[in-house]
Amino acid sequence: MPVEVRLPTVLRSAAGGNATVSTSGATIGEVLRNLVGAYPGMSGQVLTEDGSLHRFVNVYVNDDDVRYLQQLDTVVGEGDEVSILPAVAGG
Amino acid sequence: MAVVHDILDLIGNTPLVDVSQLSPRRDVRILVKLEGLNPGGSVKDRIALAMVEQAEKDGLLEPGATLLEPSSGNTGIGLALVCRVKGYRLKVVLPANVSVERRQLLAVWGADIIESPGSEGSNGAVKMARQIASEHPEWVFLYQYANPANPRAHREGTGPEIWRDCPEVTHFVAGLGTSGTLLGVGSYLKEQNPAVQVWAVEPPAGEMVDGLRNLDDGYIPPIFTELGGAGLLDRKTVISPRQSIEWTRRLADVGVFAGISSGAAMAGAARCAETIGSGVVVVVAADGGWKYLSTGAWTDDIDDVTERAKTLIYF
Repeated sequence: MPVEVRLPTVLRSAAGGNATVSTSGATIGEVLRNLVGAYPGMSGQVLTEDGSLHRFVNVYVNDDDVRYLQQLDTVVGEGDEVSILPAVAGG
Repeated sequence: MAVVHDILDLIGNTPLVDVSQLSPRRDVRILVKLEGLNPGGSVKDRIALAMVEQAEKDGLLEPGATLLEPSSGNTGIGLALVCRVKGYRLKVVLPANVSVERRQLLAVWGADIIESPGSEGSNGAVKMARQIASEHPEWVFLYQYANPANPRAHREGTGPEIWRDCPEVTHFVAGLGTSGTLLGVGSYLKEQNPAVQVWAVEPPAGEMVDGLRNLDDGYIPPIFTELGGAGLLDRKTVISPRQSIEWTRRLADVGVFAGISSGAAMAGAARCAETIGSGVVVVVAADGGWKYLSTGAWTDDIDDVTERAKTLIYF
């Protein structure tokens, strides 16, 4: 299934400067693996070597952080929006 | 009310106001805790006082000591108030892109501002403050992101207040900054009633902060990791600047004059209400609207305000 992924500024250079890229997958894990496959410059930045989510990366499906859904197994459906953001402090 | 002899005694014990008329579901009540009524104007007065008192107990603060703290504003302002009253000096590492009123308030209570690059957001302020702290061991570095007195202030203050005033609470919603409010209140409420759900709200700050060179410049507060934040939160949701402004205005429509992060938290409470269908949501309004008047949040064209909010740190 085609999925649009919104990238943070720090990852855009690895995707030819694009803010949004198209990839595919039925789960967040598949989407991210396909993303890194298409843009190898992101390897190690989004997923770690053992395939888990980088600790300083937050991934959202329709504004919900997937760490509090089903993590990499979170299902992505037609029309869902995926976005990636770096972890940032407040306070 | 009796005469108060120390302004710091007025920190905490903030009211809960029913704003259910803003709830998208008839069967979900929404109650907002007005932290803007603290004497320094925000929820951060609580942790400022708690961290300073703990440091005093630990013998870290000589009379006239100098404190150093990274802050996007409110913690700095709370500390400035506490330090002024108690006779300490304060240096706040503050990102360049905060509202002018945050700087003005720091000046009111005599804090020195050390500016960090706006493009690096709060992460940049943390990084710079840690560097300065290592160069100035004579300054006391309370470091809100790693100081257990931060979540403890909420565990012993904010949380019990909510439980006392609203034991029927089913969901707790608050902004995620240092994570102190969510950790302290969330753990307390879950101990009283394990069914209580804890929702974190955050701005898309990682999108707005464009000065991070790579993802290793990301930051997770040490207290969040040490106190098991990932296991405590039930949901974390991102609220756009536009939604934050819209809900800040809706709060004003019912008379609640609160800051932009309160609008974001309220948008999160509304999203929670839509999801659950029935329940009682308690949401924290971290500060009042005063510090954001210069942004035109209530009065200017919403497209213009939203664009401006994208370059402003309001969490």
